[in-house]
Formats: sequence, structure tokens, C-alpha cells
Amino acid sequence: MLEVVGRLALVAAAFAVLPLLVGQAEHKVMAHMQGRLGPMYAGAFHGWAQLVADGVKFAQKEDVVPAAADRRIFKLAPAVALVPYLLVLLVIPVGPHGQVALDLGPGVFFALAVMGVGVIGAIMAGWASANKYSLLGGMRVTAQLMSYELPMVFSAASVAMAAGTLSLSGIVEQWRWYWLPWQLVGGAVFFVAGLAELRRPPFDMPVADSEIIFGPYTEYGGLRFALFLLAEYAGIVVLCGLTTVLFLGGWKGPFLDGPLGWLWTLVKVFALAFAVIWFRVSYPRLREDQLQRLAWAWLVPLSLAQLALTGVLKVALG
Amino acid sequence: MGRLPGGGLAKGLAVTLRTMTRRSITRQYPEAEPDLPPRSRGVIALFEENCTVCMLCARECPDWCIYIDSHKETLPAEGGGRPRARNVLDRFAIDFALCMYCGICIEVCPFDALFWSPEFEYAEYDIAELTHERDRLREWMWTVPPPQAPDEHAEPSKEVLAARKAAERGDRR
Repeated sequence: MLEVVGRLALVAAAFAVLPLLVGQAEHKVMAHMQGRLGPMYAGAFHGWAQLVADGVKFAQKEDVVPAAADRRIFKLAPAVALVPYLLVLLVIPVGPHGQVALDLGPGVFFALAVMGVGVIGAIMAGWASANKYSLLGGMRVTAQLMSYELPMVFSAASVAMAAGTLSLSGIVEQWRWYWLPWQLVGGAVFFVAGLAELRRPPFDMPVADSEIIFGPYTEYGGLRFALFLLAEYAGIVVLCGLTTVLFLGGWKGPFLDGPLGWLWTLVKVFALAFAVIWFRVSYPRLREDQLQRLAWAWLVPLSLAQLALTGVLKVALG
Repeated sequence: MGRLPGGGLAKGLAVTLRTMTRRSITRQYPEAEPDLPPRSRGVIALFEENCTVCMLCARECPDWCIYIDSHKETLPAEGGGRPRARNVLDRFAIDFALCMYCGICIEVCPFDALFWSPEFEYAEYDIAELTHERDRLREWMWTVPPPQAPDEHAEPSKEVLAARKAAERGDRR
């Protein structure tokens, strides 16, 4: 019992700290990639407390609900956006021998299904805001979820097929270094589709602030808006964690992959999070039709090809 | 690199990564003074000893932001002449909330009483406080940099040329 509580506390701490670390890294990395310094004052040393200051600011703001909004749905939406990522974090193994809060048999299935629920939060927000920009954004979120969930599930299925198990720790146990080239295409598709599902730039058409204000989040302010932002960064952590576990061998590394393997997991997660930020700085936003084209004309065929490759090799070798 | 499919994407990533490894160009202003270009138009300084209250600046100002008050003073005759009247400056103020920093007043001043100063830290919390009086304008005179030296191989200025010509004419005579 005590152990379960300890694990849950660890997951909660990771859920509270890791997104903030990613957010702060985004502030600084994005600034330096643009030749700026980023936050420098909050906390007196290179702005390390910027997000804390932001949080205090958000907490002080007024909680406004538009008169025409669907109040209950409007208020519920941020929680629906945030909580699924916490649930996914529960099943992501960070180290060997059961270093996971909840070792589910069908872990891949659970993670993908629950991650999809996170997107519902944005759709709810778009619908309940009674604002045409929010509605447009919500519809775009829906369209994006429809098209990108498919390649994501295909490429995750490819790994599950290669490992012969749906358990996330089981997949890492089965992982060998040659899976890197073998599942390379699937990994890339999974990561890109995950980015699109999180609506991270360059796939941020649903929140395109220069044309539809801020999409589903237009009417939000204060803490509820902060929760949506937190959900975005928690989503980055979860996506990077899933990609690490499924495609990069989780806690396995060239050395030190014993009980300290969770360090490898952390390193890989942060390397991927860096890539997420890097893509945001480097690429312009995809237009809505380009977005759909990328999903249906490239990612879906590529993930199907990966699935075929995995099946052929599995049968030929096994 | 742009020829290969996806080469453009890689190039974009390379550009941002290269920028990240370089020193950022941000100067942290209140701690680090900015390097202002010579002759930057920060504020207009008044060298009131040179001012004759001719009012040219106030009249030429496109948005009428210069306020001048003066009175006449009669100086007693020196030697055998008649007494001379002289303008005395009572008030000289520039409303920097109106000023558009065109510099026409400085151009038209025939007595070199107005100068550009690079000083720029005179923001106020109230728009009415942006009208600065003559003592403040005179203080800014100390921040006016000396005129820039001409470029090494530049043509000499008109004044120098004229003086040189006059000197040559004198030699011939």
C-alpha cells in the first residue's frame, strides 16, 4: 500500500515538474535559436523562475465565462484536456523491474486511447465557448485528431507486433538495438503524428493565433488557460516518453542500463523534447490542407509500409 | 542541400541550431548602455547663451511644440552710441509629447543654440511632464557630443575650401 502511494506521489511530482522543465527549456532554447536571451529576471538567475511567476500571474486573473457559453462544459474542458496525460504518465515505465506506477498488460492500447481523450478537451472548449473562432479551432482539432490518430496507431501497432506484446515494459524488454533502423520509419511517423495531435507547431493550425485568435482557447483566461498550456507541455512529456519507450528502447543504453536505467529514459525524453522545441522554432505553420495532405498522403502509407515491413521480417526471422 | 527531398527541412534545422550556438545579440538595456550611433536624435538641447529669441525655431516647428517667452531690456549706451534694446529669454520649453524629432528647429537656428543630444532617458508617468523647461534643456547641452571628425579621405567642408581659396588669393596679392 505504502509503495503504491509512493509511486503515485512520484508520478504526481513528475507530472508537476517535467512539463515546467520543458516549458522553461522552450523559453530559453527558442530565445537562443532566435538570437535572443529569453527570460532573464525572474528568480535572478537566467529567469529560472519565469514559469512560477507566470503561474502566480495566471492565478491572480479573473475567471471569466462568456455569457453565451455552455458553462459546465466550458469549465470542465481544461480538466478533460489535462487529466488524460496524467493517466498516461502512470503506465509509462521509466526503468527495469517494474519501475512503473501501473504495469498494464495492454499498456500501448491504454496509452493511445487515453491520449486521444486529451484532444476531446480542446474540442469541448471550442464547442462550449460560443465563439466562431473557437468553433473553427475546435473543428480543426477534430479533423486533425481524425487524420493523425490513424498513422499513430499503425506505427505503435508495428512495434507491438515486433515485440509480440502490448505491455509497454514488455516492449522495452524485447527491444534490441537493431530495432532503431528497423522501426525508424514507424518512429518518425509516430513522433510527427503525436506532434500533430498535440497541436504543436508546425501543426498548430487549430490554434493559429494570427487568423483564429487562439482557436478553442480564445475565450479562456486565468487558471483555466494555464491548465490548457500545462496540458500542452504535459502532452509533450507524455509523447516523448511514449516515443522513448516504444522506439528508442526506454531505459536501455550502451552502459548503465541496470537499476539506474531511468536516467536513460530521462535523457531520451529530454532529447526528444528538445527536438519538439527545435521543430517549433524552425518550421512555419502548415496550412489546413497541407496538414491533411501530410497525414493521408504520407504518414498513413508510410506507417502501413512499416507495418508490412515489420510483419514480413517477423515472419521471416521468427 | 536544398536539392534533396527534405533538404530544405534539414537546412531550416541547421540554421536554428547554428544560431543557438552563437552569442545572442540582445543587450540588457538598463544594465548595459546601448551603443548609440553618432548624431542619434535623443533629445533637443538648448544652448541658451546663444539664443537671441528670434523665434525662428518656434515658427518653423511643424507641430508647434516650442514655447518661448521673452521681454526687451534696454542696455545703457556705451561710449557715445544710443541705448541698445536686447531680447531676454524668459521661458524656453519644448513639449516632447508633441515633438516629432524632425530636427527642423535645429536646422533653422541661425545662432547655433539648439543641438541634438543622444540622451534618451527622460520618460515620464504623466504626459504633461514631458514639457521640459529651459534649465533641463540647458543641462542636456552637456551631453551633446563634439561634432564628428570628417572621414579620412573625405572632401573638406565648404567652409574649409572657402578659407583655403581666400588664403590662396591673399598669397597672389
